[in-house]
Amino acid sequence: MQYSKEVEEHFQNPRNVGEIKDADGIGEVGNLRCGDVMQVFIKIGKRQTANGKQEEYISDIKFKTLGCAAAIAASSMMTELAKGKSLDDAYKISRDDINDSLGKLPVQKYHCSILSASAIKKAIDDYRRKY
Amino acid sequence: MDEINSRFFGNASSIHSFGQSAREVVDQARSDIAKVLNSKPSEIIFTSGGSESDNLAIKGVAEGILKQVQSLSSTRSGDDNFKPHIITSEIEHHAVLNTVKELEKERKIEATYIAPGKNGVIKAEDVERAIKPNTILVSIMYVNNEIGTVQPIREIGKLIEKINLQKQEKNKKTHTSYSVLYAPNSSRIFFHTDAVQAPEYFDLNVDYLHVDLLSLSAHKFYGPKGVGILYKRDGVKLKHQIIGGSQEYKLRAGTENVAGIAGMAAALRQVESRKSKVESISNLRDRLMTGLLKISESRINGSIEKRLSNNVNISFKNAEGESILMMLDQAGIAASSGSACTSGSLEPSHVLTAIGVKPEWSHGSIRLTLGKDTTEEEIDKVIEVMPGIIKKLRKMSPLKN
Repeated sequence: MQYSKEVEEHFQNPRNVGEIKDADGIGEVGNLRCGDVMQVFIKIGKRQTANGKQEEYISDIKFKTLGCAAAIAASSMMTELAKGKSLDDAYKISRDDINDSLGKLPVQKYHCSILSASAIKKAIDDYRRKY
Repeated sequence: MDEINSRFFGNASSIHSFGQSAREVVDQARSDIAKVLNSKPSEIIFTSGGSESDNLAIKGVAEGILKQVQSLSSTRSGDDNFKPHIITSEIEHHAVLNTVKELEKERKIEATYIAPGKNGVIKAEDVERAIKPNTILVSIMYVNNEIGTVQPIREIGKLIEKINLQKQEKNKKTHTSYSVLYAPNSSRIFFHTDAVQAPEYFDLNVDYLHVDLLSLSAHKFYGPKGVGILYKRDGVKLKHQIIGGSQEYKLRAGTENVAGIAGMAAALRQVESRKSKVESISNLRDRLMTGLLKISESRINGSIEKRLSNNVNISFKNAEGESILMMLDQAGIAASSGSACTSGSLEPSHVLTAIGVKPEWSHGSIRLTLGKDTTEEEIDKVIEVMPGIIKKLRKMSPLKN
């Protein structure tokens, strides 16, 4: 498989790997049948915006992924994109944001960006349902 | 390229002397190869490789018979509804499997796909059970390309020969020799084997194997890529698949790949001398297998006894195959997951699925193959780096071991 430098790098040195024990939200996508399973843990913080409003943001994020190099790199890139973003902005992270930041995945691995984009949305949904 | 062209300049079909010396090269190669296969030179067809040989064997036999039936039914006692039946297995290479599936989809034939045992070996009695009156061809691979399991080709070959003899006897009793010709249901069953993985380790004597058709690919025995052989026993009728000139007994048009053919013959001649190395390769393979199986939740796919001496196909639960390969590659070790031909497809290997390997295991499978030059140091390096790779991946996995 011909991967970009970015994919190779994120696969070899994935960012934010692990679990958050007291996570505020958890998103799980994929299944064993298709071969990729992804879990995302988020911790939510509150901060003041420039115009004085309160906003919620992703203060910490971790992932665990069982899958191919593209799935691991896409998870890692997604956590980098999401970390520190407001919940609303993090929710808007798209498959193409992840794919572009990775210097494009091979066509047959594009689904890995879809998977990681839906993992972060699920984690935020999980948080919003609970709180 | 200049060097090759200066040595093999002529077109083997030309009359001039350049052409004639190319012809000599091709003829010599054909008789050298025939010697290894214990066949006649006229039974060797040069192709572009294993896939083409498989296509020519299967489509060639099926379409050849259909053509015959058609021309008969347009005259008289032919059977309009005759549909040939082909038997193959679930673990064939895609060059066989997809060819049979396509013929089936085109409604030209009906097909039976034999399931292997959990050990990855096809049983001859399952082939026997699948035979029908309209069976025209059985195609079973000699050695599986993913898990290295060796199939009982000789046993199946003898079985088919026995059934063909019985058919012949029965026909003698019930028909005059004239009507046999017009009854495709009583025609002989041909036996094809894709032997692409076999030459380095197993007997290629076509009479010993009792096969009618046998496919080989040069690069699997250290020959050049892009050239192969279809052995076709005298009396087997094939419809050509590449149309044009009258090369290869009118069965495969196209200017001969003279350099490739010469290289292939040279490589095949050397195979015999390498067979003495089989034992040392098999010892190294066992060392690799034992070393890797020390990793928890790992297991070998396919029979260990009935297996190619150079093949390890191993699954690690809770680690994904491609990720393992990428990390091995970083360590300078080349391996593959599934077969090289299917990498890039997301489906788990059809071979592992056929032998009942569950997805949680099949996704974590890799194949390591040894060659004539593989050393003990290389094997020990794999054994050394693998535990760390699996540990790293499992640590990243959301599933618990």
